[in-house]
Amino acid sequence: MLELGFFYMFAGLAVISALAVVLSRNSVHAVMSLILCFFNAAGLFFLLDAEFIGIILILVYVGAVMVLFMFVVMLLEVNFVSVREGMLKYLPVGGVIALILFAEIVAAASSGVFSPDGIPDPGHVAQQLNNTVEIGKMLYTKYLLGFEIAAIVLLVALVGAIVLTLRVRTDVRYQNISKQVNVNPADRMHKVKM
Amino acid sequence: MVPLSAYLAVAACLFSIGIVGLFLNRKNVLIILMCIELILLSVNINLAAFSHFLQDISGQIFIFFVLTVAASEVAVGLAILVAYYRNRRSINVDDINTLQG
Repeated sequence: MLELGFFYMFAGLAVISALAVVLSRNSVHAVMSLILCFFNAAGLFFLLDAEFIGIILILVYVGAVMVLFMFVVMLLEVNFVSVREGMLKYLPVGGVIALILFAEIVAAASSGVFSPDGIPDPGHVAQQLNNTVEIGKMLYTKYLLGFEIAAIVLLVALVGAIVLTLRVRTDVRYQNISKQVNVNPADRMHKVKM
Repeated sequence: MVPLSAYLAVAACLFSIGIVGLFLNRKNVLIILMCIELILLSVNINLAAFSHFLQDISGQIFIFFVLTVAASEVAVGLAILVAYYRNRRSINVDDINTLQG
């Protein structure tokens, strides 16, 4: 009963904050709503016995990705009025497509295959079973190749982001470290006979 | 006990909101990126729900991979956005037509 209450709270707040992301007038408010949405999704993950993923969602998503979003939103000086004009023009077609998608997915979800008779609720795992240990055992054995590919993807994204935003300016003076380190004292100083 | 279909319905709701957000905010690249995040989050909820109800931890591993790809996508997307804004002083999607010639 308590679990059902928490489920409704997390699910309802996630949906409401997702709506706020889509409909908010200000990008900063949209990012804030997205943070709330991720927190509630992490709550849903906790209800599903996926503690490690929930913590990762809060640490990586809320702590890093959303802060990145916030930086960019505050860095760019965006004219929100011109960006938002014509918003209602697309509401009918977008709304119809989204409604059809929603109806289809919900119809598939409630068709009876995923009901308690089809896939019974296995109940929560034992408390001494460590979710992180289980994920680690699986990740470093069966999915080791995928793990390393994920590492390479992150590295490429890191290098790509730096290369894209790097700007070599010609109007400022840079320090040439290797030139400074490799300087020879004999080039700088001359002994003169008086 | 919460049935599996309830989790699937929540994920479907978030997915549809993400899709409608793509249509509504099609001029603002930032909101479009956030809507993609919402869509990926709904996929993650589906994966976690199936992982729990089928008692298979592989679903959580796949959430891990989806999170990795989503994070790198956001990093590169925002970098492109910043580089574009530096050149054109705008992030309006309608202005992004340089390749049309």
